[in-house]
Amino acid sequence: MSSVAAIVEYGFREAVRRKMFAVVLVLTVLFLFLFWLANHFVFAQLDQITPPADVHVDTRTFAGAFLTGLAMFATLFLGVVLAVFLTLGVVGGDAERGLLQPLVVRPVGRATLLLARFAGAAGVCSLYVLAVYFASMLITGLTGHWWPGNVVGPGVELALGVIIVVALSLLGSVVLTSTANGIAIFMLFGAGLVAGLLGSIGHALNSHAVKSASTVTSYALPFEGLYQDALRLITQDTTGLTAFVLQLGPFGGGYVHGWTIRVWAVVYLVLALAAAIGAFSRRNL
Amino acid sequence: MPDALAVRNLEKRYGSVRALRGVDLTVEEGQLVGLLGPNGAGKSTLVKIAAGLVRASAGDARVAGARAGSRPARAALGYLAELFRFPGWYTADEVLELHQRLAGSRGGAAERARLLELVALSEARDRRVDGMSKGMAQRLGIAQALVGEPRLLLLDEPTSALDPVGRRTVRLLLEELRGRGVSVLLNSHLLSEIELVCDHVAILLGGEVVAAGSPQQLAQPRGVELETDEGVHTVEGVTRDDVPRLVEEAVRSGRRVYGVRVLTSTLEETYLEAVGGETS
Ligand SMILES: Nc1ncnc2c1ncn2[C@@H]1O[C@H](COP(=O)(O)OP(=O)(O)OP(=O)(O)O)[C@@H](O)[C@H]1O
Ligand SMILES: [Mg+2]
Repeated sequence: MSSVAAIVEYGFREAVRRKMFAVVLVLTVLFLFLFWLANHFVFAQLDQITPPADVHVDTRTFAGAFLTGLAMFATLFLGVVLAVFLTLGVVGGDAERGLLQPLVVRPVGRATLLLARFAGAAGVCSLYVLAVYFASMLITGLTGHWWPGNVVGPGVELALGVIIVVALSLLGSVVLTSTANGIAIFMLFGAGLVAGLLGSIGHALNSHAVKSASTVTSYALPFEGLYQDALRLITQDTTGLTAFVLQLGPFGGGYVHGWTIRVWAVVYLVLALAAAIGAFSRRNL
Repeated sequence: MPDALAVRNLEKRYGSVRALRGVDLTVEEGQLVGLLGPNGAGKSTLVKIAAGLVRASAGDARVAGARAGSRPARAALGYLAELFRFPGWYTADEVLELHQRLAGSRGGAAERARLLELVALSEARDRRVDGMSKGMAQRLGIAQALVGEPRLLLLDEPTSALDPVGRRTVRLLLEELRGRGVSVLLNSHLLSEIELVCDHVAILLGGEVVAAGSPQQLAQPRGVELETDEGVHTVEGVTRDDVPRLVEEAVRSGRRVYGVRVLTSTLEETYLEAVGGETS
């Protein structure tokens, strides 16, 4: 147990030493400030905003949901940036620099080592995502007096989405160099973006084929499916708005929701970790 | 008691590269074994297999009777890699503390202080790794390998970055360890170092052991060369003491003797002969 704690602690210390950690913190403060500005102006000029004709809700709800949807996208994005920079070199990069070998020859074992690094990074990332999520919700709630239909659920889903990215990035770190892994994970994130856009396009064109392409991608990259489900949750009390909110933001527009995607996301996480442990146990260092 | 390290018919292929081709090597309890060989001979590969970092393609490697790479095997050894690094933001003391926790050592602050003293780093106890010279980091690496009093030490070129005083410190340390019954496998390019401390030496070339024995055996006199009217020929298995008799015999059988040379060989000569002047 003590050796697991030692490795989690090692990961934490590495995380806070990274320049990247400071960069993410600065970006976060900047984002929250801009988000507050946006809220301030939108709600100050609420009477000048007219929701689209097919969305039958009051302007305040419309604006609040719209802004929260955008904040959730930003939260996911910043969380992914943090996840990738915490984990992109945990195996390949650290092995190349000679940091990993002294740890691996200790009795702890590779699986425990990797899981401890996962736990550390997942802990940091979920705390971060929840903090940014609740901070932006507070900003919209306090400036615009609008609160989402489901307060906790969307935050948890975003955090789980980022935890999945942590696992994928650890898996990537076993087989790829740091740089290649970073690029690969951001490309996957981009693929998720495309899936969301595809969904929106499919919705607009009412094309079944395009919609199912989007659905398949959302299952292949469940952080995207979770984000879509989270978007639905913020407006779950407001009929008529959901369809609109789902077309928001680059990740919106999907048809993936409910317990299917939530359970699948957890299964996917377990599979990704198992694959990472399997590959790590066979890797020459 | 099983040998500290027993390697049988060990093979390792990296794609088409055959890094090890059937190596046998034993490090007995309390023995200090030196592994020599040119660059690319497979020394580090052998040590990495013993440490469980690399998987063998064939053959068997056991540490204290346990399969190399298994938990009990890893618990029995201390390892210093050829190329390693500790996180720059840890102090010397913190590096050792981390490894105490990972190795399950209960030695506490006393063990850390003793190890830092052993490698002459007591003064640098609170110095951060990124503020250390290469040699200091290497000495810290040696101290790290000693955490938890391992039965077997695997040292891959532990003195490559050390100055002459540092090398001497390590040599004395190795002698002390042997006195305490610790077994050591030492990779090095420094023949003099190996000759001075090792009980047994193996020379590796192209993934095969081409010579092995005690330094005395390897550096043994190898005979006498006689130049007569019949040409030059070598009499093996004789020493300088046999020269008068050999000359007398040659003269008695009607030969004219033009020259006599006693062939001695240092470990270096044996090494150069064994590897045929080869590097990488
Ligand atoms: N990860 C690897 N992938 C492919 N080939 C490798 C790998 N590691 C080592 N080799 C090859 O295996 C052979 C043995 O390498 P090894 O590092 O064991 O040599 P060495 O005796 O330690 O050399 P040196 O004295 O330079 O440290 C070399 O031909 C090397 O190129
Ligand atoms: Mg080597």
